[in-house]
Parts: sequence; structure tokens; C-alpha cells
Amino acid sequence: MTMNAFITGAFDTAVGELPGSSCMGLHAEAALGAVADAGLTLADIDGVLCAYSFTEPHLMLASVFCEFVGLHPGFCAAVQAGGASACIMVMQAAALVASGQCRHVLVVTGDNRLTGLSRDGAVAALAEVGHPQFERPFGISVPASYALVAQRYLHEFGTTPEQLAAIAVEHRRHAGRHPKAHRREPITVEQVMASRPIASPLRLLDCCLISDGGAALVVSSRAAAADARRPAIEILGAGQGHTHEHIVAAPSLVDFGCKASSAAAFRRAGVAAADIDVALIYDSFTITLLVELESIGFFERGEAGLAAARGELGLGGRLPCNTHGGLLSYGHSGAAGGMFHAVEAVHQLRGSADARQVPGAELAFVHGDGGILSAHCSLVLGRR
Amino acid sequence: MSTRPLPHPNADTRPFWDGCAVGELRYQRCDRCGQVQLIPRSRCAACQGTALTWQRSDGRGRILSHTTVHRAPSEAFRSEVPYVMALVDMDEGFRLMANVQGGAEPALAIGQPVRIGFVDVDGTALPIVQRLDGEGA
Repeated sequence: MTMNAFITGAFDTAVGELPGSSCMGLHAEAALGAVADAGLTLADIDGVLCAYSFTEPHLMLASVFCEFVGLHPGFCAAVQAGGASACIMVMQAAALVASGQCRHVLVVTGDNRLTGLSRDGAVAALAEVGHPQFERPFGISVPASYALVAQRYLHEFGTTPEQLAAIAVEHRRHAGRHPKAHRREPITVEQVMASRPIASPLRLLDCCLISDGGAALVVSSRAAAADARRPAIEILGAGQGHTHEHIVAAPSLVDFGCKASSAAAFRRAGVAAADIDVALIYDSFTITLLVELESIGFFERGEAGLAAARGELGLGGRLPCNTHGGLLSYGHSGAAGGMFHAVEAVHQLRGSADARQVPGAELAFVHGDGGILSAHCSLVLGRR
Repeated sequence: MSTRPLPHPNADTRPFWDGCAVGELRYQRCDRCGQVQLIPRSRCAACQGTALTWQRSDGRGRILSHTTVHRAPSEAFRSEVPYVMALVDMDEGFRLMANVQGGAEPALAIGQPVRIGFVDVDGTALPIVQRLDGEGA
């Protein structure tokens, strides 16, 4: 099966605390890097997709970016779906090139969320996704929303806070192998359990980082992929799932749209979860990844935490997951956070992941979720 | 000085907040298909019909989930931490998010029966989760 769409270029900027960075500067660096990686020039780009920004918010961010960098594409739009944005942008870019509307689509994300906003500012801005009448008056935050999911999920399936902590520990181990990761010093389960409580049962080290950074991909049609200098990575399948926006209106606290999105992506790709060599799955909190691993079918209910504690998400484990360190340890820069997962998938499939390479990786699964497990998009990528 | 975010009722939700102001918890049922709406709206989420009738709730439900918040989302909540938030599945089939009166102790349990009362916050009546007498004590 095929979606007739190929990733020909990938690039991510430095991540972490980047004084002097700006949202548009990070966009431009990531975009130019991805275009150069593909062996193309900006003039080859005829489609542009951007996401959103907290530090330079604008109604028309893709137009702002094109103006900034001097691009005049034939298609230009912004996608706003929180952490699902990156995967949705790739899925949308695939549709644009497969339908013949574009040859090379640039998907670009970035934000200087750490230096441009401060931690308090980022937390406050994120809390505004809460329902203005039925959630925000009670002091909702994004961590509190995920904590409500975690409390219920742990109750139903017997997962323990220590098992969630094991997920954080493995991500830090992964990040230790990536020279660009925001946080690389090893941590232990005891350190996670001793970190300060944020919203029970989640503690500080159960939560993603807040980072500056940018990332971009070039998605090309089958014919146009021949222009690129590298062997292309094929987009084999993609799918989405949407059940709600606000957690107060979620139909379930244990079943989410990742089930539908991954099933669609696997079906289109003609593969099963068991065929995946490396998984890059949205990990805004330890519970986010745990719910997704079990809902998508990589592990049975109640098993992913045990598997994490046994090291099965590590390099050499049953399902190497988030080999760059994920949002928990590599970095989280808004929509770029999800794009880091996609860029890492490209590295893995190209065999260019250095110390974190999964030997012989041929099939990668990439997943993003936005809101409170609200909007989901899954991709299956393969080496051509 | 509090700058807590307070609800700004609109055409879809005003009867709910008017109800809170007089100590009455209200929810909507669709006249066409019978669906109870999880939160107020002007079209049924099941059949998209517009005949939603407001009902008076008995104010009883069970804890779907809860969390104790230690990290405030904004300055307005900094003096409140730690505070407890709960999702409550009401007996009539709708859902509420609200704070829990009295905080984290005695410990809350998922599935625990609770009732909804009201608390004045800067002149606005907000629903609040109350433990039943003798429950979890």
C-alpha cells in the first residue's frame, strides 16, 4: 500500500534554552535546513504548512512565515491541533502531493517557548485550552487534565506511579545518547517519585520539558522525490481520530482517538503494530505515552507500565520508543515537539541515528496527540 | 486580589449559570432522542436537534476521577494550592468538573457518591463537590 508521498528532507535546530532565538528565526532555520537536507532550494517549494506559536501568535502564521523567509508558494496554510499538529501537517502534505496540487511541501514548526515566554507563561498559556465556562473557573491546567486521566487509568488497570516513573527514566536514558537533547543527565525511579507533585498522581518528572527549538520536513510527490539527493522515506499510512476537545466532555477516560487513528494508519500501510521496528509516540506526560501504547495495541491493557519497568521501551527492547528522548527529555517546543518525533523517525529509517540507532529499522510509527488526548494522528513511515 | 477566570454565560449556557445563582443544578435532555448532554450546548450532540429541555438535577453523582493540584495554572490560583478537582458523573447522565470542598482529606475514592453544592466566588455561584455525611470520613 502507498499514499504516494515521500519525506525527502528533515532538519531540527538545537533545542533547549536558546537565548537570542525567535519563533520565526527557528522556523526559518528549520525550513532552510530541511530544504538543504533534501538537496533542494526554496524555489522548489510550492506548498507550505505551519502550525501555531505562543511567542509570536498570529491568525495567519503560515503567511507570516512565508513573508519572513521570502517564500511565495502556490499553497499556504496553518494547522492548529496542538500536539497532533505535526503529524496532521505531514498527513495533509501527503494529500497535497499525492493529489498533484504540489510537488514539494514544506512542513515547518518552531517556537522559543522557554526563553520567549518563561515557564509560568507557558503553563498559563496552555491552561487556556481548558473550557472557559466548565473547566477554567475551577483551576484546570493541562497537567491537571492529564492527571484526571491518569488517576482513572491507574484505578482501572492497576498501573502504578512507579511504572509511570520508569517511562520517564527510559526517556532520559534515550536522551543521553542524543547530543542535542535538552536534558541528558540520567534519572532514577526514586528521583521521579521524589520530584515535586504537580497534580496527583503526576510529578514534575512525569511532565514534558518546555524548550526552544524548531523542526521541519519536506514532503514530496513520487515524481518530485527523484529531484532529492537522498533516498526518500515513504509515508505508507496515515490516520486520525477525534473524540472530544475538553476532558469534561470526553466520552471515556480510558479509550481515545489513538485507537482509530492508528488502526487507519496500519490498514493503509498494510502492516500491524507487531511489524513496527521503532515507535515515536507523543509523550507530553508519562501517562500520555502509557495510554497510547496500550490503546494502539503495542501492549495489552495494564502491561505497558510493566514493560517500561523491564526496559522494553529501550534501545534493544521489544519496542524501542522515543529514541531521541521524547518531549520528556529531548525537548518540547510547541508544535515542534511533535515534529521532533517525526524527524527522529527519519533519522532511524535512514540509519543515521548514530548511538541511538535501532539496527535495521525499516518501519517506524509516529503518533501525535493534541489537547487532552483529544485529537490524534498516526503515521507509518518506511524505508523505500 | 483575585483574577480567577469566571464563567461568561452565553446564549447556550445562561440557564445553567442562572440555575447555579439560585442554588439549582440544571442539565439538558434532548426532546427528540432523549440524549442527556454531558455539558450544556444548543444542539444535541447525538442527533443535532435543537429541542433541548432544561431539567433540574437532584445533585447526586459519583466521582469519575480526581486530582490534587499543587502547581497553579496562573497567579489567580497560587493562593489556593493544593486544591482538589473532580470529574463527577451525575446520576442523571451529565457530567461536571468542579473543586472538592474541604480539599484532599478525607481521601476521595473513584466511584464515591457525592453531591453538588454551590460556592460564591467573587460574586458568581460555582458548583462545588461535597462529600456525603459519613462517606470517606
